[in-house]
Amino acid sequence: MSEVIALTDIRRVFTMGDQQFEALKGVSYSVSAGEFVAIMGASGSGKSTCMNILGCLDRPTSGQYLLDGLDVGTMDTNQLADIRNRKLGFVFQGFNLLTRTPAVENVELPLIYAGFHSRERREKALAAMQQVGLAGKENNHPSQLSGGQQQRVAIARALVNNPAVILADEPTGNLDSTTTAEIMSLFTTLNKQGITIIMVTHEHDVAAYAGRQITFRDGNIIGDTK
Amino acid sequence: MDFLQTLKIALRALRTNKMRSFLTMLGIIIGIASVIAMMAVGSGASYVISQQIASIGSNIILVIPGSTTSGGLRTGSGGAQTLTSDDVKAIMSECPSVELAAGTVRSSGQVVYGNMNWSTVIMGGTPELFEIREWGIANGRGITQQDVDGAIKVCLLGQTVADNLFGSADPVGNIVRIKKIPFTVIGVLERKGQSPQGTDQDDTIFVPLRTAQRNLVRSQRTNNVGALIVKAKSEELLTKAEEEINSLLNQRHRITGGKESDFSTRNLSEILAVAEQSSKAMSLLLGAVASISLIVGGIGIMNIMLVSVTERTREIGIRMAIGAKRNDILLQFMTEAVLLTMLGGLIGIVLGAGGAMVVSRMLEWPTLISFQSISIAFVFSGAVGIFFGFYPARKAAGLNPIDALRYE
Repeated sequence: MSEVIALTDIRRVFTMGDQQFEALKGVSYSVSAGEFVAIMGASGSGKSTCMNILGCLDRPTSGQYLLDGLDVGTMDTNQLADIRNRKLGFVFQGFNLLTRTPAVENVELPLIYAGFHSRERREKALAAMQQVGLAGKENNHPSQLSGGQQQRVAIARALVNNPAVILADEPTGNLDSTTTAEIMSLFTTLNKQGITIIMVTHEHDVAAYAGRQITFRDGNIIGDTK
Repeated sequence: MDFLQTLKIALRALRTNKMRSFLTMLGIIIGIASVIAMMAVGSGASYVISQQIASIGSNIILVIPGSTTSGGLRTGSGGAQTLTSDDVKAIMSECPSVELAAGTVRSSGQVVYGNMNWSTVIMGGTPELFEIREWGIANGRGITQQDVDGAIKVCLLGQTVADNLFGSADPVGNIVRIKKIPFTVIGVLERKGQSPQGTDQDDTIFVPLRTAQRNLVRSQRTNNVGALIVKAKSEELLTKAEEEINSLLNQRHRITGGKESDFSTRNLSEILAVAEQSSKAMSLLLGAVASISLIVGGIGIMNIMLVSVTERTREIGIRMAIGAKRNDILLQFMTEAVLLTMLGGLIGIVLGAGGAMVVSRMLEWPTLISFQSISIAFVFSGAVGIFFGFYPARKAAGLNPIDALRYE
């Protein structure tokens, strides 16, 4: 299978005053298309920094990052925004939906920045909502939806532009165990449809849904099990 | 991202905080309303002034006799009687740029009709005078050349004089006594209104020039006239006509070399220019005062936009993570600011125009609301939005998406 993500010797150094802190100390791994990867580790282990770099929200201090064959390290902010828009889908712990905006318009959001026309946007958004099992909730505002439903809206938003990878950052952190199971089985279903998913979590039972677990500690990978 | 979508997002953002949006707009509303109202009042004032100046007549040059010295006392300008009816004839025949010239004499005295009396200005004039000043007859007939040649004792009343002596009755055909000499009223002049200096031009009686020279003015020679009023053929020829008159009269009065002229000329377009300039200065001043309130309103917009950017940091983070470019965010917040100011501008224009109408109704002061001032106000309100919206929008666009997403 082709590699969607290839990290080679990624380092990320934060400078605070005269103190330097190396959050990633030369991380290398690759993810193939169709994989479901859980990234684990305690807080401060570098997993969030790695996630930000994967999400093109941050750039590594050194090392090479190929996303879908493209060298992301050499791109400027506008190109990165474009990459985030076309290649990546984000799911956050806190859902991060626009309040006071109907669910379907939240799902449409990436398509607005991708430059789709309104009719096409609506068609794709409705299809994505169907895919996550939210048909009929299109016009509900996030405040009228349960946590699980809000996270489904966020997943639909991540799916809508056919990204190469979905990046989920503690997607079940704010959910109870029943809803967690629902969301995780949704991820599993989506993965079976061929969608690559990378998920950060610190819960072992959540990580167990993924086919591969990468464990971080102190800026290094200490475990990679399939 | 297409502009319509940006507009929709901006509208939604403004709708979410209706009260705040309105209060923010209020600064711009008041600013634009005062600009519109001030400009309306100012241009109303300059309209009044130009009307008054037009009431004197157009392309006019005044020739005023100089001063004399008698027994060591110098009289003021116009004190000497150096101009004659022959000067008038010479100007008419020898100055090519002059269309018409008329001599006048001026006196004042008591006018009596029955048991009514009124103190007023008595002017001696010729038919040309009324032509130059574009002053028509409301009732009866005007002064003719025959009246002047024969020194007939007839008179034309200004509206103010007619009102005071006759009330609502028709004065034509009645006899009034001017300085105890009986004159037949042959007509009443049209209402002329105030002069630019604020005097009532209708508070005057006109009699034929020669009648006045013989009966009403004490002078050495009955041929003397006071001021001359001259009309140039066109506005362009005004200066040329003035030069021609100067050289002709200097020649006729044998004034050569360094000798001081015994007359002076005044060009009414100069007065007009000064008056226009002063009214323009007033409009500008009013406009400047109003613009200050616009700037204050703009600062209010900037303040609220900064608050809004801080409040919506998370939203900005989400949009950036999802693929919004910095320019998209910049444009979104700029659109919001411009929308605020333009909406405020529209409301302000309506309020300002309404206010100007109320002023003109209540104070009977003419106001002019020009399309120009409305479009300037509208463009200006948009410019205020762009100017004061830029800094907050740039701040929003410059946020780091990771920090923005984590912002609580």
